[in-house]
Amino acid sequence: MPHDHHHDEHDHTEPPSDLELRVKALESLLVEKGLVNPDTLNTIIDTYEHKVGPRNGAHVVAKAWTDPEFKQALMTDATEAVASLGYCGRQGEHLMVVENTDDTHNLVVCTLCSCYPWTVLGLPPAWYKSAPYRSRAVSAPREVLSEFGTNLDEDKKIRVWDSTSEMRYLVLPQRPLGTEGWSEADLQALVSRNSMIGVELARAPDSGAEASQ
Amino acid sequence: MKGGHDLGGQSGMGPINPEPESQEPVFHAEWERRVFALTLATGMLGKWNIDESRHARERQDPITYIENSYYENWLEGLERLLQEKGLLAPDELAGNAVISDTDSAVQVPDPQLASKILASGASSEREARSEALFSVGDRVLVRSSEGTGHTRAPRYVQGMNGIVSAIVGCHSFPDSNAVGVHEGATLYRVSFLGKDLWGTTGANSEVLVDLWEPYLSAGIS
Repeated sequence: MPHDHHHDEHDHTEPPSDLELRVKALESLLVEKGLVNPDTLNTIIDTYEHKVGPRNGAHVVAKAWTDPEFKQALMTDATEAVASLGYCGRQGEHLMVVENTDDTHNLVVCTLCSCYPWTVLGLPPAWYKSAPYRSRAVSAPREVLSEFGTNLDEDKKIRVWDSTSEMRYLVLPQRPLGTEGWSEADLQALVSRNSMIGVELARAPDSGAEASQ
Repeated sequence: MKGGHDLGGQSGMGPINPEPESQEPVFHAEWERRVFALTLATGMLGKWNIDESRHARERQDPITYIENSYYENWLEGLERLLQEKGLLAPDELAGNAVISDTDSAVQVPDPQLASKILASGASSEREARSEALFSVGDRVLVRSSEGTGHTRAPRYVQGMNGIVSAIVGCHSFPDSNAVGVHEGATLYRVSFLGKDLWGTTGANSEVLVDLWEPYLSAGIS
């Protein structure tokens, strides 16, 4: 099971854990042997901690909601359409967008590891990589959705996408009712990361941009 | 192989308990940052590919795989690859050896090159050498995987019938790629009915799985 998620909060007078020491030793060894450049490590961390993240995907979704031509291009060739907004690279080489409709809801998982569309969503959240999600997203999708507070009608079909190849899937959530006339920038605030994985719907306009459900 | 990583449909893993989206950090500890960056940086040395990297994590004892946190599995895989590819000696890793020099032919990316590699990615598409054996709408049966090699056919679809919903193209075949043989195979998107796979919990659902041609045979109607 995933260990506790609060390593950062521990009292810093504690000695480092065996794991911290093991990683430090490995890093020192690799640097000493000239196999990694320490500045490169910092660049990689900075890229995925501060630059590439779910705001990219929210931009894609809000544009698709407001620009029919872009939406058509996105549904035809998502890799190219997303690249036209400047989002491309590692773990986004082969993108497909799957659209939620009145009849069908889409949910994305990687049962075998943690495949995820980095270029539009950044790195996956801890729960996406966890055994509980990976095991049940395919076998009990309604139960999984309810654990995120998402309760769908029985007659709504769920399509689960298991990311077993290098194809990466992004859910296009339905545009919330009551947002007629909203600008693309305002709409972006309604597009949560979770709605683009498919475990939630886009936020309602009166929910406040920070509410997650 | 049917390892601890092959989790689709496994029972008893407990509730998801997601952290609220607005409160979840990208990394939960400094060591996670370091493992992530070390894995990507050493991956750029070109000594292994993504399937070798996955297989290195999957070859752990299945109980350890499930008990480990995510980045612990990355760390296990990384230490294994560094040794198997001859970049680190086991006694160097154990901390009781004189550290040997690295082969000067190894190209170590600087930050600029690393950024370029991350921003360009690497396509898994390959040139098709044969016609696709199956067509959209065909019923296909997923073969059972044998042995301890890497595969991307999840256990839960093996032995099951599905319908080809799309021909994705010719993509690098993971089972070969994991042993350093670079060949493509036709990749299909195959649709399975949730109720066929799982019974009532899968009612009114469909599972789409990307499967390569060698995983498939003609289905039983």
